[in-house]
Amino acid sequence: MIELRDLTKIYHTGEIDVHALRGVSLSVARGEFLSVVGPSGSGKSTLFNILGGLTPPTSGTIHIDGRDLLKMSDAERTDLRKKTVGFVFQKYNLLPTLTAEDNIAIARDIAGNKVEHEPQFEQILTLLGIRERMHHKPRALSGGEQQRVAIARSLVNHPAILLADEPTGNLDTENSTAVLEILRDLNTRLGQTILMITHNPEAAAYGHRMVRMRDGRIVE
Amino acid sequence: MVNRLVFENLKHRPLRTLLGVVSIGVEVTMMLTLVGLSHGVTDDMAVRNRGTGADIVVRPPSSNLFSLGGVGMSEKIVAMVRQEPHVALATGTLVQPVGGVFNSISGIHLDEFNALSGGFRYISGGPFKGPHELLVDQVEARADHLHVGSILKLGKDWRVTGIVESGKLSRMFADIKPLQEEYSQTDKVNFVWVKVDDPANIPVVLAELKEKFDDFKIYTMEEMTSLLTPDNVPVLKGFTDVVIGISVVVGFLVVFLSMYTAVLERTREIGVLKALGASPGYVLGILIRETILLAIAGSVAGILMSYGSQFLIANFAPSFLTMEIVKYWWPIATGIAIVGSLVGTLYPGFKAARQDAIEALSYD
Repeated sequence: MIELRDLTKIYHTGEIDVHALRGVSLSVARGEFLSVVGPSGSGKSTLFNILGGLTPPTSGTIHIDGRDLLKMSDAERTDLRKKTVGFVFQKYNLLPTLTAEDNIAIARDIAGNKVEHEPQFEQILTLLGIRERMHHKPRALSGGEQQRVAIARSLVNHPAILLADEPTGNLDTENSTAVLEILRDLNTRLGQTILMITHNPEAAAYGHRMVRMRDGRIVE
Repeated sequence: MVNRLVFENLKHRPLRTLLGVVSIGVEVTMMLTLVGLSHGVTDDMAVRNRGTGADIVVRPPSSNLFSLGGVGMSEKIVAMVRQEPHVALATGTLVQPVGGVFNSISGIHLDEFNALSGGFRYISGGPFKGPHELLVDQVEARADHLHVGSILKLGKDWRVTGIVESGKLSRMFADIKPLQEEYSQTDKVNFVWVKVDDPANIPVVLAELKEKFDDFKIYTMEEMTSLLTPDNVPVLKGFTDVVIGISVVVGFLVVFLSMYTAVLERTREIGVLKALGASPGYVLGILIRETILLAIAGSVAGILMSYGSQFLIANFAPSFLTMEIVKYWWPIATGIAIVGSLVGTLYPGFKAARQDAIEALSYD
């Protein structure tokens, strides 16, 4: 599903080159729930951004679902974000002016799908426990509910991979546990491939496998 | 879906939306008011000229259509015109500027003018009888709060003897003889109004007059009124173009600032849209739709506000200003407002479209 070989990423900030990734190699199988842990500045978020097609790598090879990301144009990476990858962010990142339902609908609109989701998607909304909260705007939802709406939005276009960047970083323990349970459920019941970045070992333990990053490398 | 996002975005910042709508409304009102004034003033002149009942108008050689006063011609020409075949009536009038650029009194031979025009309809009072006595029409009376017996200071004191229905030649009338003498225009007129015995004979009389008075400006009433349009007044057209230009610049700046701040404020949201796979065109499209909606709402507000302008001008502006609601200019003003607003959206729009998703997502 995901194949990375000797991936590097250098950010040029003024006259200084920042080596965010220094040769990362990693394989993630279809249906796997992988946790990536590491301290701040270890390169987790850069890896997340590259896998999500938000930024190109500097060198190396990267294949997602058989597609070579390095050869992709900006437009193709935009297309990847529409159809292949779903994002869940630490800060939820819902559009504040839209209801939960419309936040999900706009992801379908962007992907060129009909705005109304398929009937099967109701199952996911039930699993997430937000069916009754769909007509509320983010400001009327708790952090846990917002994150569950964000998860629903990330799944509505059936992405091959769900990328979650510190999905419990802004949540209390109870809501963190609920969100992690949901991610595990999605993985178990729907076979959703999940790559979760976290600095929390307890959260990381929900994955099938954990890789640890430090200084732009995978160390274990 | 995008429309709902656009609508919700506008609802989310009601004050900014209101300011945008009002600003574009002012832009549209400026255009519609000026166009309305241009048409109002020229159409009003046409109506009042037709109100004389004349079929043909003779003007001095050096005059133009819009020079009301100016150098006169000898009143003897009136008698010469009267002698032409098929001329039923002819009378001379003197438009005399008094006490200011826009104030003028029309000196008339009351009996002749009544015969030509069908006579004044008096709303109050009666005809003038001596020097420094005036008839004013109801528009002038309303604008300057005049009634019978009022004294109007136009260089000298003029006493109002009657208020007449509007629509005949002028706003203020006085006896021509004292007016000519008072302003050193003895035996001078600057309009000769001609009534032909049968409308079918108008071309014949026109040809005869043109032959006899070849240096003079001679128009049929139809021709003269058709020429009384804003496009035939070079100063007015230039002025209108300048005001429209200023309006467009104002609209452009307002929308530019509004959209620029909107893009800054929504940096993170733009990042989210991009993370969801929104293309630059999709992001730009949101802002363009928002701008068009704002411009349309502003244009509707501007059209409504132009009725307010019309009310204010009718009640508080000098009597020579008449504003019409020129409906065919509604889509034109709306189009200009939309184009100006879209130009104002281009830079913020492209800034949003080119926004780096990662930077945008880390924006607080």
